[in-house]
Amino acid sequence: MSAPGLANRNTVTLERALDIKGRSLWTDARRRLIQNKAAVASIVLLSLIALLAIFVPFFWPYSYAAIDYGAIGCAPDWWPDWNVPCHAGGWHVFGMDQNGRDLFIRVLYGARISLSVGLVATLVSLFIGVSYGAIAGFVGGTLDALMMRFVDVLYSLPYIFLVIVLMVVFNQNFFLLFVAIGAVEWLTMARIVRGQTLSIKQKEYIEAARAAGVGTLATIRRHVIPNVLGPVVVYVTLTIPTIILAESFLSFLGLGIQPPMTSWGVLIKDGADQMETAPWMLIFPALFMGVTLFCFNFIGDGLRDALDPKDR
Amino acid sequence: MPSTPKTASGRIFEIRDLDVRFDTQDGEVHAVKNIDFDISESECVGVVGESGSGKSQLFLATLGLLTANGKAAGSVKYRGQELLGLPDKRLNQVRGSKITMIFQDPLTSLTPHMTIGAQVMEALRTHQHVAYAEAERRCLEILDLVRIPEAKSRMRQYPYELSGGMRQRVMIAMATVCAPDLLIADEPTTALDVTVQAQILEIMRDLKKELKTAIVLISHDMGVIAGIADRVQVMRHGKIVESGKADDIFYAPRHDYTKALLDAMPRIDRPVRAGHAALRPLSTMDAEHKLLDVDDLKVYFPVRVDGFLLPRTKPLRAVDGVSFTLRQGETLGIVGESGCGKSTLARAVMRLIDKTDGTVVWRGRDLSGMQGADLQRLRKDLQIVFQDPLASLDPRMTIGQSIAEPLVSLKPELSAQEVREEVRNMMNRVGLDPNWLNRYPHEFSGGQNQRVGIARAMIVKPKLIVCDEAVSALDVSIQSQIVDLILNLQSEFGMSMIFISHDLSVVRQVAHRVMVLYLGRIVELADRNSIYEDPRHPYTKALISAVPLPDPKAERGKAHKALLGDLPSPLDSRAQLSFLKSKLIDDPDAEQYRPKLIEVATGHYVAEYDPQ
Repeated sequence: MSAPGLANRNTVTLERALDIKGRSLWTDARRRLIQNKAAVASIVLLSLIALLAIFVPFFWPYSYAAIDYGAIGCAPDWWPDWNVPCHAGGWHVFGMDQNGRDLFIRVLYGARISLSVGLVATLVSLFIGVSYGAIAGFVGGTLDALMMRFVDVLYSLPYIFLVIVLMVVFNQNFFLLFVAIGAVEWLTMARIVRGQTLSIKQKEYIEAARAAGVGTLATIRRHVIPNVLGPVVVYVTLTIPTIILAESFLSFLGLGIQPPMTSWGVLIKDGADQMETAPWMLIFPALFMGVTLFCFNFIGDGLRDALDPKDR
Repeated sequence: MPSTPKTASGRIFEIRDLDVRFDTQDGEVHAVKNIDFDISESECVGVVGESGSGKSQLFLATLGLLTANGKAAGSVKYRGQELLGLPDKRLNQVRGSKITMIFQDPLTSLTPHMTIGAQVMEALRTHQHVAYAEAERRCLEILDLVRIPEAKSRMRQYPYELSGGMRQRVMIAMATVCAPDLLIADEPTTALDVTVQAQILEIMRDLKKELKTAIVLISHDMGVIAGIADRVQVMRHGKIVESGKADDIFYAPRHDYTKALLDAMPRIDRPVRAGHAALRPLSTMDAEHKLLDVDDLKVYFPVRVDGFLLPRTKPLRAVDGVSFTLRQGETLGIVGESGCGKSTLARAVMRLIDKTDGTVVWRGRDLSGMQGADLQRLRKDLQIVFQDPLASLDPRMTIGQSIAEPLVSLKPELSAQEVREEVRNMMNRVGLDPNWLNRYPHEFSGGQNQRVGIARAMIVKPKLIVCDEAVSALDVSIQSQIVDLILNLQSEFGMSMIFISHDLSVVRQVAHRVMVLYLGRIVELADRNSIYEDPRHPYTKALISAVPLPDPKAERGKAHKALLGDLPSPLDSRAQLSFLKSKLIDDPDAEQYRPKLIEVATGHYVAEYDPQ
């Protein structure tokens, strides 16, 4: 086959001169993600919130716990409704809360807590869920049946109830909150990963790995997990908001973060109590949380399209 | 079969200056470049080309069936009526009634929730508005014409109840029930076994003769086109590079590409091709060295079937008592239709599947109980190359990592530097640029990926390689390159091979001995010349005669004595006795007689059969 072979070789040498490094599926996915405007805007917005939460507290003139008795429940200076009882003045851009603390810094501290709960709990659920699901799916048979029935049993327990029991038994430990939520959230992850693993198990490259003498655990680590990561990454971006909501709910019930530390859930609960007299106390934390959740969802959608373009 | 005289008046379909472009993420793809094409009444034109030549897009464009990102320009006239740019409603009056199309994959082209009868009648009732009873009558007629046995009861069946060959017949019935002027068949037989392919081609020949339908036959296989086409057009990169009468194209090709295509075709009647790698003859020393001894190997899969009250399991006899030996440096070809157990047999030998019974002895050691370190050592000697080059490579791994994998897990003592060195050497050896080490499978073509698969199998210098349909998914020109590569590697490294293929022509080139499997049992086993020149078993004869030759005169003269019907179900214990009906006990569950292998000449074994 001289003719086609020759043409092929020429284009190939040209390509080689241009780049030697391969274009992985992740590179392709990143390129497609960058073309998705909603996802990119969400990433920018989310990074902005995270950067604010990390750095602003270092130089902000007010502390999250310092109380200004002269300005309890005062509105921000620019508040358009002049019927409010008082104005906070100075740098209190979001106004004051019902205890005379600067709301802006408290919203940022709330972001710190809520985002880190979201991330840590998601990582916990990611770790347990992926390894559990991949092993169950790949080994199959009786082990799979047993492992998945165990998941079903846990599913049937009321999830918030479980977390509440954990929180009561182990005291209201801040770190435990992360673990408790993560330990409950992994169930869905395990199911997703198991399903994906079952379909990947049928692929020829798994058989090729067996023929190449790769052991079971190494096959799971090298071939199964990298290939289930696509759907998993998408699910992760959707899990983070769920967990932020769960934390808010627990805090709303008074079981989560303890004062004077705060989270978005706590702030929204406090704001809801003062909704009629001091609406800013509800509006700002709710706005931040809403925007964050939207961002995560848009990123999740973008990632899904980017990682699996055929699915669209 | 003299070709129909072409007169201007007989011309029914004219394509002028057709141009098809696709907008993709990687820029514009110019799939079809200013093509002219016409076809006259009851003429058959073959369109040949490799994948990506634009042959399918050309005809999809004429019927307005392009995907949303495709644009067609130019002119397509059917009996003087311009089709391009016609609104769907007007187009539908022509499409599906006057011009119809058959697609490659009969599995996905039929609607799963409609019965066969309903689907065939749908075409009739939409286009010709006939009454139900009339539609039913014509539907039966056409199902008979495409030789669907027991057409009346088949009409009430759903697509999943039929085999691939039967479904393709239904597709043809649907396409011809309105007595179209023009039938466009896009790779109609590519997904089918050779014997079924021969039947389908026979049906199409009849349609042309009896219904005077003009046929466009699109195929990558010159052999399929040879027996039926009056004219042939060769396409490459969206252009027609050569067109002419079938005989001229096949016997006096002018364009280099046509010559190259014809040269690349494996031919069952020519085991040695000039200018290509040849099979290494077995030396006497090798011949005495027995590598593999398989005795009465059985692999059964339990399958649930409906029973009385409760479902029960029945063994599916994928491999049912196969014995053979393999010598050092020898290639054993295994041929048979899909479902005959050829892949299962090879995987059981490699211990990728557990066997039910029998022994496999590898260099004097029984493999049955092998575990752990012993099994690892065995893997070093036995490697496999898969059918689908892309599916057998992990998409998240660079090809360098994929090739290195057996080395890393089977020879852990090597350093990373040594592994990289070995991988680079092997890549060089199989014709891949070592600098591509860090690239990913999706950046390569099928042929290149198959080279990666071969490199991965060869890197541990195994003593036996199983090629499971290793060249079946490739274009002919690539296939010929890969076959050359395999033969060269064998000459260099001297490994034995088990070469599984449904393509008897390829097997003739690469195998020293050939085994024909039928429903998990050997029907004939002989060296390659005896089996092709002196086949004894009726099944072997049918298989060989079903292979189309890229030689129009030979094809026309050939008496088509294809097997009728489908390959029977391996669940039915009676099926194995299809060629030995005299010993049959007519009870699907009874323990049946197993045909014995008889040595008719030295090294030529044939299963018992009824004389015909």
